[in-house]
Amino acid sequence: MPIKSLLCASAVLAVAGSTAFAETEIQWWHAMGGTNGERVNKIAEDFNATQDDYKVVPVYKGNYTETMTAAIAAFRANEHPQIVQVFEVGTATMMAAKGAIYPVEKLMNDAGEPFDGDAFLPAVVSYYETPEGELLSMPFNSSSPVLWYNKDALDAAGAEVPTTWDEVKTASRKLVDNGMKCGVSFGWQSWVMIENFSAWHNLPTGTKENGFAGFDTELTFNNAQVAARLDDIASMGQDGLFVYGGRRGDSLPMFTNGECGMWMNSSAYYGSISSQAQFEFGQAMLPLDTSIADAPQNSIIGGATLWVLEGHDEAEYKGTAKFLTYLSSPEVQSWWHQETGYVPITTAAYELSKSQGFYDSNPGTDTAIKQLSLNTPTANSRGLRYGNFVQIRDVINEELEALWGGEKTAQEALDAAVERGNDLLRRFERTANPS
Amino acid sequence: MLKRVHFPTSALPYLLVAPQILITLVFFIWPASQAMYQSFLIEDAFGLGTEFVWFENFEILWSDRHYLASFQRTAVFSLLVAGLSMGVALLLAGFAQRVVRGAMFYRTLLIWPYAVAPVLAGALWVFMFNPTLGIFPYFLEFAGITWNHYLNGTQAMVLVILAAAWKQVAYNFLFYLAAMQSIPNSVIEAAAIDGAGPARRFWTIIFPLISPTTFFLLVINMVYAFFETFGIIHAVTQGGPGTSTTILVYKVFNDGFVGLDLGGSAAQSVVLMVLVIAMTVVQFRFVERKVAY
Repeated sequence: MPIKSLLCASAVLAVAGSTAFAETEIQWWHAMGGTNGERVNKIAEDFNATQDDYKVVPVYKGNYTETMTAAIAAFRANEHPQIVQVFEVGTATMMAAKGAIYPVEKLMNDAGEPFDGDAFLPAVVSYYETPEGELLSMPFNSSSPVLWYNKDALDAAGAEVPTTWDEVKTASRKLVDNGMKCGVSFGWQSWVMIENFSAWHNLPTGTKENGFAGFDTELTFNNAQVAARLDDIASMGQDGLFVYGGRRGDSLPMFTNGECGMWMNSSAYYGSISSQAQFEFGQAMLPLDTSIADAPQNSIIGGATLWVLEGHDEAEYKGTAKFLTYLSSPEVQSWWHQETGYVPITTAAYELSKSQGFYDSNPGTDTAIKQLSLNTPTANSRGLRYGNFVQIRDVINEELEALWGGEKTAQEALDAAVERGNDLLRRFERTANPS
Repeated sequence: MLKRVHFPTSALPYLLVAPQILITLVFFIWPASQAMYQSFLIEDAFGLGTEFVWFENFEILWSDRHYLASFQRTAVFSLLVAGLSMGVALLLAGFAQRVVRGAMFYRTLLIWPYAVAPVLAGALWVFMFNPTLGIFPYFLEFAGITWNHYLNGTQAMVLVILAAAWKQVAYNFLFYLAAMQSIPNSVIEAAAIDGAGPARRFWTIIFPLISPTTFFLLVINMVYAFFETFGIIHAVTQGGPGTSTTILVYKVFNDGFVGLDLGGSAAQSVVLMVLVIAMTVVQFRFVERKVAY
């Protein structure tokens, strides 16, 4: 059979193949690597198997920052996907891009998909709503920082699971005296030790309701309470009770290797920890600073949501809406939650996990949800909405590293971070389309 | 009556240089002019709201302490990377040239690291120096040195310099070796007969004779340290701790691709471009005079 006819045959087959299944393709760009990436693929495959009209194609684009950058670059070149996963700190940037985003609530209504905003956990959706209460993006993987602890190490050292910062210190001391390399560490420090620490103790991180009420917000997290706590942690570092281990999840091995007995980071590390830790571990609520508040307020979310981008045709949006309905169904959501440690985004998914007995057999896995829904969120604990926040978090990382390295006091570091952060906020205010 | 010689004009020379001109236009002049234009704008990430601001992006840069500090950091970093990688390469080439048995084997091994992608080179060093898992911090512990490049800016700088220099040694080695092999043996043998030892022969004969190569490598290595080390820094330290390893090119990336501040990032890349052009001019004007071809 000559090459030419082979080519012809394959061309005919290719054309036939594409016409036989005239599915509308929906691109979904995401930042879920490793095992979570496989889970994302499974969600897409399962959805594709439920119907023949639409095909969701998940594409892994690197970490959160890289995914967002890729989507924006693609938008400028008019080659953007229908759905992109953006982490919570990108919210203000996405919101300001009026002509680029298709608000999810509007999409669902336009496509005639059933949508009930009240079905979602308030602590999750409030982060992504306009002041008028319209939901802009579809919550997908939300998490909250928790206190992970090595139960075997605590028991061996005769220490209790801490609930306050004083107890964290006591437990750390016992762990180190019992031969551990360090007592406590944390990752994503801006999120855990400034954003969530402030919400947990009902302190604002900035003016204008943490940025929710306008782009003319200014940062205020350089207050005496936060500074005192960070100074105390830095002195724990001098005593070897606290060890800093990097900006994101870099310090995870310190916990799973049994070097540090306690680790404060996202509840979404559940999957990684349960596969890596050779000891009995647990998660507890974030510790309370009793010098600031008598009781905790509520924690705020991290993780990401799915944004729909403008500039596609109606059929594609219809499929997108159908997929989002599927994605937020209780079955998919509770599966995702139980597999990953992200919180279920709807009350129904939470109830389903409860009735399946998941929390009875895995105690502590509902810590993040309990933290998020501890109290009705206040203006200080709803979340935050600052422009250029990706850069501001970098600034916070830089200044806190100067603190852990002993080059600055907490107050100096926080003042510098606020000053540099405010410059970035003013720049954002200029470029944002005033709403 | 003077007779003029006329050569028929031909399109051939123009055709011959055309591909190079085209490549320069498409891959340098065009993007560079785009960057110039972008540096006069302040716009949001999506390009929906654009404001033409003349030199404001540059003004913001010059009033930013952190930007000015990264100049000094870049200078230290580049000089050390270039010096270290050229020095080590010269030493290795000097030895490799004298090897008779198994010469190919040694050379292949020494050239190998050049094939490693910058990010991978970074990842290798990250593993070796990881404060928790790495082999080097384990050994340094015996010497009483606590290694934690997540916290110690100097250590982080040492690490990226080592990683960047290591990767470039192979390239420099290749050029030095070729240069040494092109020196006529008779010259070196004559010096040996006159009683010059290996070290003396190296410094008085070989080193001056390979000075054109040294000069060429100096230009190349400076450009390498300025631009191509980005991947290594990204993989090893992400510019941290604090800003201790944020060199100019990393800041361009970080402000542009992470911070989505395209105007500020473009302004920085224009500054970087001017800087490297100036540096190359200086090298050709002043350093080249000391070179014997």
